[in-house]
Amino acid sequence: MIDLDLALQRGEFSLEFALASPARALALFGPSGCGKTSTLLAIAGLLRPRRGHIAINDHVLFDSRTGADLATARRDLGVVFQDARLFPHLTARENLRYGMPRNATVQAFDDVVQLLQLSALLKRKPGQLSGGQIRRVAIGRALLRRPHALLLDEPLANLHREARVEVLEHLRGLKREFALTTILVSHQPDEVIALADQVARIEDGRLVALEGIESFRASAKSLNAPHLRAAG
Amino acid sequence: MSLLTPAETIALALSFKVSLVGVVCSLPVAIGCAWLLARKRFFGKPLFEGLLLLPLILPPVVTGYVLLIVFGHHGAIGRWLDAAGLSIAFRWTGAALAAAVMAFPLLVVALRNAFESVDRRLENAAATLGAGAWRIFFSVTLPLSLRGLVAGLALAFARAFGEFGATITFVSSIPGQTRTLPIALYELISTPGGEGGALRLTLVAVIVALLAGLIAALMLLRGGAREVEA
Repeated sequence: MIDLDLALQRGEFSLEFALASPARALALFGPSGCGKTSTLLAIAGLLRPRRGHIAINDHVLFDSRTGADLATARRDLGVVFQDARLFPHLTARENLRYGMPRNATVQAFDDVVQLLQLSALLKRKPGQLSGGQIRRVAIGRALLRRPHALLLDEPLANLHREARVEVLEHLRGLKREFALTTILVSHQPDEVIALADQVARIEDGRLVALEGIESFRASAKSLNAPHLRAAG
Repeated sequence: MSLLTPAETIALALSFKVSLVGVVCSLPVAIGCAWLLARKRFFGKPLFEGLLLLPLILPPVVTGYVLLIVFGHHGAIGRWLDAAGLSIAFRWTGAALAAAVMAFPLLVVALRNAFESVDRRLENAAATLGAGAWRIFFSVTLPLSLRGLVAGLALAFARAFGEFGATITFVSSIPGQTRTLPIALYELISTPGGEGGALRLTLVAVIVALLAGLIAALMLLRGGAREVEA
């Protein structure tokens, strides 16, 4: 269950909406600058809302009434940023291991490496990886944190067509393999249709609709986006 | 055959020891202050910054005199150090303190710039991966500031190596104890027939300064090139 009630201010821009979603994978969909990423940053604890309540699967992360405000490091979320944010001085292996809990098994590491096909990349530094490979390492790093929810910020942004298909396939595999609550930020309908169960449409900092994926697919098709065929 | 006389060699060795100890001792404090300046907003920050830079701005003799007032045998802290058998006035440790104080602002400025150049989004990413402030600092901020740190250390070492005014005011010129290379050079210049020795020590001082400048420039240039590539 994703329970959001947010009010936050960033300069002139104000964001204010509430939603409760039972979806395992919720997409925050809307045009650039509508407040999607701000919402994700607030969930991750990197932006402090003016007031509100943030809870995922009854795990309260922030509540202005009770004063609850978990530190980012203690929110147990796996965050995949739009710009990946791999540590440039560390190898892919070191990046992947960075957030692993102390009691994590070697098997858990190997499983994620295998799932995301990272074994050939482990010794390389981010500067030696392609855009798609960087995104896969970032996804693996977030998963190995063993989070109770995954936050994906435009995970396919700025990738060329082949890399988009490659990363999208891995994200689909991930959705099948892991029963993880996921919040996806995107302005791409194909990405949303491929990965989400429910969609929150956001415009100018306000929630304009909360709809199931079928309803979203129908409305997106009516807009006749040709790239939807790739999403399947 | 040695190029330097025994007295000059002793002064050179003492300068290296004093500079190294001074810079190493001031490094942790400089790191803490630079991080505060780079990452935190707090009341009185400009004043704090001004105070840290004071040794760079004040005449070195004034700094040396302040050290003497505070750490001398009758000074506020000096008398306690004397009582504990840890007197530093007129000893090489006092020269190291003077070197540390004079080199400190250069370290702070270099480190602050280095910390500010680290992408804070990487620190945020580390936080989402469960890292606390200390781990973020030692695993992300400091390694990514390494070039600035090395450049700062080289410049600070050169500054400490060339320190004269504060040192002679605070710990005087005691051969083998506080007569560092610049002070020995001054003594040679003031002594008839000391021109040869003065020239030799000048050459050594220029070589050390050039090496330090070269290291700093290489570090800063290579750091710049990486940023452009990224």
